Formats: sequence, structure tokens, C-alpha cells
Amino acid sequence: MKILVAVKRVIDYNVQVRVKEDGSGVVTENVKMSSNPPDDNAIEEAVKIKEAGKATEIVAITVGEEKSQETVRKALAVGADRGILIKTEGTVEPLAVAKVLQKIVDKEKPDLVFMGKQAIDDDCNQTGQMLSALLNWPQATFASKIEIKDKVLEVTREIDEGLETIEVNVPAIVTCDLRLNEPRYASLPNIMKAKKKPLEILTASDLGIDTTPRVQQIKVEEPPKRKAGIKVASVAELVSKLKNEAKVI
Amino acid sequence: MSVLLIVEHNNKEVRPFTLNAITAASQIDPDVHVLLIGNNCEEVAKSLSEMSAVKKVLHAEAAHYENYLAENFAPLVVKVSENYTHIVSSANTFGKNLMPRIAAHLDTSQVSDIIKVISPDTFLRPIYAGNAFATVKSSDTKKCVTIRPTSFDPCETSGGSAQIEKIEPTEEFTSSKFIKREEVKSDRPELGTARVVVSGGRGMQNGENFKLITDIADKLNAAIGASRAAVDAGYISNEHQVGQTGKVVVPDLYIAVGISGAIQHLAGMKESKIIVAINKDGEAPIFSVADYGLEADLFEALPQFLEELNKLNSIQK
Repeated sequence: MKILVAVKRVIDYNVQVRVKEDGSGVVTENVKMSSNPPDDNAIEEAVKIKEAGKATEIVAITVGEEKSQETVRKALAVGADRGILIKTEGTVEPLAVAKVLQKIVDKEKPDLVFMGKQAIDDDCNQTGQMLSALLNWPQATFASKIEIKDKVLEVTREIDEGLETIEVNVPAIVTCDLRLNEPRYASLPNIMKAKKKPLEILTASDLGIDTTPRVQQIKVEEPPKRKAGIKVASVAELVSKLKNEAKVI
Repeated sequence: MSVLLIVEHNNKEVRPFTLNAITAASQIDPDVHVLLIGNNCEEVAKSLSEMSAVKKVLHAEAAHYENYLAENFAPLVVKVSENYTHIVSSANTFGKNLMPRIAAHLDTSQVSDIIKVISPDTFLRPIYAGNAFATVKSSDTKKCVTIRPTSFDPCETSGGSAQIEKIEPTEEFTSSKFIKREEVKSDRPELGTARVVVSGGRGMQNGENFKLITDIADKLNAAIGASRAAVDAGYISNEHQVGQTGKVVVPDLYIAVGISGAIQHLAGMKESKIIVAINKDGEAPIFSVADYGLEADLFEALPQFLEELNKLNSIQK
């Protein structure tokens, strides 16, 4: 089985983002970037499947600017066999990413495509579902457990009401929840080895995909600030304030 | 111009977030048609037809629609979508799973999780875990939009008499199969719609200690929430998780106990009307959004809190 894993480079999840004064976006210059956390779960799962002898090759792919190579290299250090960077400029929407991935799937013919359930920057939660629609493959979204049974995947999904289990035939798309596994760290020797692994670079136009955004970001602003609260000295004071001042209990 | 809303239901009743999504849909355009896809769900169709904001109910029935697999739903929505400018649904796990599949079939760039309708093509949505609000304008002729339910009031469930129109089902998608669903049954209010939420974090130290939270939640008729740290440590099950990758809640009162207040958690609760933080670390970021902060050991504070609540003559329900 061959697994394609899609990863994205985003602002590190611990960074308190700042909105640009001109409202054109958030500040990304000199800000720490990392791989998107649920994508780490996707890579980890693929590597585990390979270690269990159920996958033969893992290909890590990203769509983004030149620097996104770092994110692919990280995936290679964790255990992916080779990487692909599809170079683009500016914002690329999930639909365009899905179209790019569709082209790569046509070429690479993986049995499974893994990716995170959402990117923590645009918070869209769309790409996996879109790719699955374009390929007319089954989709297993928000996966927290995956069992491979020959040509069938049994996937436990995180839903609002609890958990749901579905079976999807291979080939399939799986989007990973944070609860799927505990991503490993890349060791220094593996980071060194990853530098020698093959990384193919293409552009979206090589693939004939137009990545012009269809949804225009008119303005980005800071959310309304909450008024500073007060500290209370005792539980009795807290309950009294909630009852008499805030009137919520 | 009309809006087509995809109904979330369990074949017996409409799930509550659909009511909020209907309100948002009617702000896009008052001509709201709802699409009900299910199995043996005539009762659901009837209740939808009675909602005053609903102008028409489209109803498709088939055995393979029983468990709302996106692969079965999407082709039907695409088939029906021709006469509509907007396809909308709630931005919970139901709508998040389904809508992008529809959008891709329609070659539309979806707008996820909107919190405000500015005009029929312009919406406000949070990005970066709610740390920025983006005003976005869609240039697609057909727009696919998901609605953050907690940002809109639920619609009226009576006063309407919409016509119910039967729709032919589409074929079954045979490569995906539903196996089972494990719903967590509870007498408490649902986390997403509760008026009061009491949440515990890593500071709870173990699952048994959540009893301290449960007791207070019982008293306040509150739902129980948790931070990701508490869920990952196994103190409590995942459907209680509040945050960027969990649920977004907007209760009147949110009580955060032993939660430091990481960006990802704040994304799920900082729109709450009143926030209370109980934490022994006075520097914890949760205090910067709390209306009332109590710097104390939760193992002392929670029993006292319950005691104080017991002293009150009445508690709002």
C-alpha cells in the first residue's frame, strides 16, 4: 500500500498572532512557523502503518511557498520516503489545494491519502473532503482510530455526539484528528538523513491548476477585546458577584 | 435568489444547531428552503414545515440516507442545487464533513464557519483560532457556506406552514459503510447550547476529581466542558472538549477550573457572556479574559463553591 500525506506550513500553534495595522492580514514576517499539528498526526499514522508492514511507501506533499520545503523535510525526518513541493505564491484556497492533490494522486496512484482535519491558520476544515469529492473516493474525516483490514479501512470518527465507526474501501481519504496518535520527534540522525531523501519541486502551473483565490479577504481585524475583569478574594465573594452583579446564577 | 439549507437530524427530530443555521440562512435571503435527507423521517419534515422562516421543505427518503454519510448526501444536494444561490449548513461535525464535498462537486470555494452575514456575498469568519476576524467576499456564483451556530439565535419552531415537496433519492455510494455510533447519553444540557458550562483542565489531576465539577454542574444545571489537556490525559471523554479543535460554546456563564487558558482553548469559549477562572497560578492567561478571577487551589475552592451555592435560596435555570 502506498500512502500520500499532505502537510502544511503554518504559524506555530503557540504564537499569539498579530493583525497587521492596514487590515491586510496577520503578521507572518519573523514569526515562528511549524508544521500544522494535525498533519503531524497524519504523518505519524502513515509511518506506524509502514512499520507494521502494511505500507510500502510514504510520499509527503505540500502546496505552498519555497520555504514549505522545511515542512516536507520534517515529514521525511519522521519517516516519509520522499517529498513533493508544489510551489505557489500567496494564499491558496482548499479547493485549489484539492485540485493540485488530485493531479498528484492521478500521477502517484496512492491507495490512501492522509492529512490533518484542519489547518490551524485558515481553520477551514475542507481540503480532505474536497479531494475525496474530486476523486469520488470515500472519506473518513476527523479520524481518531484507524484499523487496516486488507482493502478496507475501519475508521473511528470524532463526532459531536461521541464516536462513530465507518468502513471505507481503499482507495480512500482520511483526515486526522489530534487524538489519533502521539506524533514522534525526529531524531538528529534522522533529520540529517532526511536531507538526502528525494524532494521533487513542481509549480501549480506545471500541473495546469489556477490557484487564484475565489474568496477575497477584504479585511482582517482584531476580534473585540474583552473588558478587563476583577480578581475576587474569596469563594463567597465570587458567588455573591455572580448572583447580584452579573446575575447569571 | 434562494437559499438551500441542509438539515441535520437523527430521523426523529431536527438537531438544535439547524435552528441557528436557519436564522443565518434567512439573513442571507428570506426565501429559505430546507433539504431533508433521511430515512423514515416524515415527522422531521412536518416539524420543519411548521417553522416560520422555512418557505419550502424538500424531502428525500432512502435506506442509505439513514446514517448521513456525506458520500450519499452530496450527490443529492448537487442535484437539487440548481435553483439556489447559496447552500448552507451548520459548522459542526455534520456540516464540516458534508459541505466541502458538495462545494468541490460544484467547483465552489467554500466559506467555513461564518459568524456574521454582512451581505449575501460577504461574511465575517474567525481565523487563527479566533485571534483574527476576516471579512471575506465570495466571487463564486453558487456559494457554499457553513454557519457557526453559537453566533446566531435559533429560529422559531412554529408559525409556518411550508409546502413539503418529495425529491427522488440518488444512488447509494457503496464504498463507504456506516458501522456504529456511540452516543454519550446524558441528562445534562448539551454542551453547545447550555446556559452555563463548568470546565475542568489539567489541574483536575485525575478523572475522579471531576466529581467536584459534576456536583457544581448539577447545582447550576450546567454542561460539563474540558480542556484538551484533560481529555488527552483521559480524565473525561472527548465530546466535552472546548476549543479550536473541540466545540465552541457561548454560554451566559463559563467557569474554567484548573485551565491555564491556552490560545486553542480560548478559541472555544472567549465569547461567553461571563467568564470565571479558578486557578492557583495567578499569572495564568485565563485571568486575562476572566470577568471574575479567583486565585485559589481548586480542591479547596470547589467544595466551598458548592457550599455557597447551597446557601442560595434560588438558582437561575
